[in-house]
Amino acid sequence: MTQQPVIEAHHISKHFDGFQALNDVSLTVHHGERVVVCGPSGSGKSTLIRCFNGLEAYDGGTLIVEGRALSADAPHIRQLRQDVGMVFQQFNLFPHLSVLENLTIGPRRVRGLPRAKAEALARKYLERVRIPEQADKRPDQLSGGQQQRVAIARALCMEPRVMLFDEPTSALDPEMIGEVLDVMVDLAESGMTMVVVTHEMGFARKVADRMVFMEAGRIVEISPPEIFFTNPETDRAKLFLNQILGH
Amino acid sequence: MRRLRRILNVPVVAVALYLAAMAGIVWASYAGAQGMGYNWQWYRVPKYLYTLTEDGFQPGELLIGLWASVRLSAAAFVLATLLGALIASLRLSGLIAGKGVSVIYLELIRNIPLLVLLYLFYYVLGPIFELTRWSAAILTLAVFHSALISEIFRAGINSVANGQWEAADAIGMSRAQALLYIIFPQSVRFMLPPLTGEAVHLIKSSAIVSVIAVAELTTVGRNIISDTYMSFEIWFTVAAVYLVVTLILSFGVSALERRFNPN
Repeated sequence: MTQQPVIEAHHISKHFDGFQALNDVSLTVHHGERVVVCGPSGSGKSTLIRCFNGLEAYDGGTLIVEGRALSADAPHIRQLRQDVGMVFQQFNLFPHLSVLENLTIGPRRVRGLPRAKAEALARKYLERVRIPEQADKRPDQLSGGQQQRVAIARALCMEPRVMLFDEPTSALDPEMIGEVLDVMVDLAESGMTMVVVTHEMGFARKVADRMVFMEAGRIVEISPPEIFFTNPETDRAKLFLNQILGH
Repeated sequence: MRRLRRILNVPVVAVALYLAAMAGIVWASYAGAQGMGYNWQWYRVPKYLYTLTEDGFQPGELLIGLWASVRLSAAAFVLATLLGALIASLRLSGLIAGKGVSVIYLELIRNIPLLVLLYLFYYVLGPIFELTRWSAAILTLAVFHSALISEIFRAGINSVANGQWEAADAIGMSRAQALLYIIFPQSVRFMLPPLTGEAVHLIKSSAIVSVIAVAELTTVGRNIISDTYMSFEIWFTVAAVYLVVTLILSFGVSALERRFNPN
């Protein structure tokens, strides 16, 4: 059986007041595929994945997610967003709710699950991100790494078809990066489709099926990690890798 | 300068200074009244507040007036909050027409004096819509204070980080759901102090409806004075009653805040 791709972006472009954030970007992500997007800051990688769930509007090209055209004002945008999980750099947990409530509010209010079912789901995913004992705490009582794992569980509770990660470890203290990456590796091994913006090249090498390298709003190179890390096609990618791996 | 301030802030000196200042004010008003030959009759005041008969505690005219003021203010505040929420949601709706309506409403209300607004409601809209004094008074106060309350709502909602909207969006919430479950609960603690201030302000401005003879505290005070000529005693008493009510409200709400926000 051939499945349609999860995400098909064709010639996407986007401007922010005269600045071209995305310039003719095309990328297709298939089911079960893990794509890592990297590149210097300001290269448009966050903007690109924010387009994938309609948090950012694009102004040229077409974007098809799960077989349906996506734009921020599409009538089915809310339905689509349930299929696309998002993990933010700053976690964006709901500070006024307990960890458990952070996880159940989406299933209950958006998917309409009864409380007991939503809580069972939440506990399952808390187990999955290895912090079942923190269910009744408030987000600000947790470490950064734990908060980000809660955020991952919150997205998983919507049972999405694809997970987007927007620099999930960039706001973390170094000693907490590992615990978050471990959870993400687990998730990748379970077959989840993932698009990850990150500078964690060890993680990329371990899980990525394809590396996407962006610069100045364009995709400069797409290649498998074994090639990308040893013998990148472009000089720009070479230079970038030297800068972040070279010390 | 700094040494002088340190000396003045020594507890004993500070208390003495405070008492001296207060005594000065009391003495000045007393002396002024004496100078114009004012005949103080404080002993006649308590019966306007309350009397104790064989049937027990009987509220006097001033307390009955106060109760009217409290009901008037409470009704106006509830209505002002609803109106304010409506205006704020129009403003934040992203609809051009909604924003236009709310901006014009705000500018209009903020730039008309309260007294003129009251006259408009009572003498112009009153006859047209058959408004009683009470409803004209409530509507005036509600409309006047809804302007600032809507700004408090808007500021409270905008004080919540944008990432919270995005997180709500990302799990597929509608705008209304995000507002109800995510944004509003977080903005309440930003909004509570200015809302209390506005409630206090409303209680104070409710005195103005005495010009259309709504029987509330200020009107009652004025009526007593026209019967008894005790203007000094009654106005002091009326002022003290307002002060007690607004202070109780402020302290009550800050106690409430501490309970919600133990840190």
